[in-house]
Amino acid sequence: MQIEETAIACKSPPLTIRDLTVAYHRKPVIWDIDLSIPEGKLVSIVGPNGAGKSTLIKACLDLIPRTSGEINIYGQSYKKMRNRVGYVPQRETVDWDFPVSALDVVAMGTYGKLGWFRRVSKRSKALSMEALERVGLADYAHRQISQLSGGQQQRTFLARALVQDADIYFMDEPFAAVDAATERAIVELLKELQKRGKTVLVVHHDLATVPQYFDWTVLLNMRVVAAGPTDEVFTQENLRRTYGGKLTLLTQAANEVVQSR
Amino acid sequence: MEWYSIDTWIVVIAALAAGACALLGNFLVLRKMSMMGDAISHAVLPGLAIAFIVTGARASLSMFIGAAIAGVLTAVFTQWISRFGKVDEGASMGIVFTTLFALGLLLIVQGADHVDLDPSCVLYGAIELTPLDVVWRPTLFGLSIEVPRTALVLAGVTLFNAVFVVAFFKELRISSFDAELATTMGIDSKLMHYLLMTLVAVTTVACFESVGSIIVIAMLIVPAATAHLLTDRLWLMVVLSVLIAIGSAALGHMSALTVPAWFGFADTSTSGMMAVMAGLIFSTVMLFAPKYGVLQRFVKRTQAVK
Repeated sequence: MQIEETAIACKSPPLTIRDLTVAYHRKPVIWDIDLSIPEGKLVSIVGPNGAGKSTLIKACLDLIPRTSGEINIYGQSYKKMRNRVGYVPQRETVDWDFPVSALDVVAMGTYGKLGWFRRVSKRSKALSMEALERVGLADYAHRQISQLSGGQQQRTFLARALVQDADIYFMDEPFAAVDAATERAIVELLKELQKRGKTVLVVHHDLATVPQYFDWTVLLNMRVVAAGPTDEVFTQENLRRTYGGKLTLLTQAANEVVQSR
Repeated sequence: MEWYSIDTWIVVIAALAAGACALLGNFLVLRKMSMMGDAISHAVLPGLAIAFIVTGARASLSMFIGAAIAGVLTAVFTQWISRFGKVDEGASMGIVFTTLFALGLLLIVQGADHVDLDPSCVLYGAIELTPLDVVWRPTLFGLSIEVPRTALVLAGVTLFNAVFVVAFFKELRISSFDAELATTMGIDSKLMHYLLMTLVAVTTVACFESVGSIIVIAMLIVPAATAHLLTDRLWLMVVLSVLIAIGSAALGHMSALTVPAWFGFADTSTSGMMAVMAGLIFSTVMLFAPKYGVLQRFVKRTQAVK
């Protein structure tokens, strides 16, 4: 059994990217990306503003056209594997005045597997309620979403990802502008997902917490500067190569990181 | 106020048109595309004109098809111009619909001048005349009822829109709230967008000749915006918007008959009055809505200060 599972994992890692280039208005945003993410890792995607982190995620999710290259999820095209993929978009991308409750938003995570025309069932409502409990928002289930704090909104999004019940997750800056309680809740959730064998890719900004939260790291600046276990690739030298000239601040951050180990 | 059966039909027809528009309007408002309704309702004109010139008749079906194509093209062109021309989406919409509208006017004036496709009729409608075109005379409970053609057409469109909203409720909700997530799940947001645009175009055309484009634009936006202030539930917002649309239609016609008399005038345009009523209802709700009303929020704020 053990051998069989390993064999499958070897055959098709959760995410492989070959020669990926994406361009807007003919200007490449990410260029010649080669990447293979092993199963069951918590992966941070780190890089300066405009490095193409969100673009990389959106290309993986088939949301934007690629100029060239190939992306495989568990060895197959996104279209075939979409039920195994979960997505947490940036919080600002949606209108929080939309007339839905936190529970409604979480239940949206089940829509993909429900299929067209099918109503949201009692079962998916119960699942959604459970997920809200897990992120500590059960009491807020019936609130309109603008009446949640920023951190609570982010946790609502995470609960929605939970009910998607995917095997690989893409999260776009879930830690952006959240309170300490939410940050802890998210980290716990990530570890739990990992325990259940899920692979999670997270666009992350706070360099200081990278080694603490993530066991794998992709350093990105248009190209992949380095990718691998955080211990190996998250070095001052690599950070300098990723962030280029704007490094005074980053040297400090990197020093902090090195010291914190 | 003297009330004839023709008045009942005017209200029924207006209510059907208003309801059909309001159903779709909810999703335009929530997608922050309110003005797309305005744009499409103008831009269908060349579609109407070309359909008319090609077929030479005011056949409803070819007009519907022409309008639907023009409507979808408006949405497509707007996307293209804003993407490839790097123009803001609002400006791009303005460019597309004014150009198409002007083209439509030229086509009507030049190509279809000798026939009865009247631009002013498209703009203002002729709801007062629609009940005269009776096509069906069923007898119900011993009463013979004279059903106008417009009432049948609009009932069909309203029913179709209602079925669309109910059948695709979940898809409309997720693609309006979080288009990218919907797309990653296989609920194609672009497809939903163009389906919605097509229905807006068809609805617009169906409503034109009866109530005119002013009321179409008003009913696409105002009832939905009003309902949004009254509830946090999407399905309730849809239901309320339809009720508000029907209310505006009924109140509008009654006021059109009575209000001008107070000032010594004869009765006035029903369509105009309906749009005014919708605006009045909105203002009232904006002030007095229980949760999101201006007054309520003012009271809350002063209480918070204390």
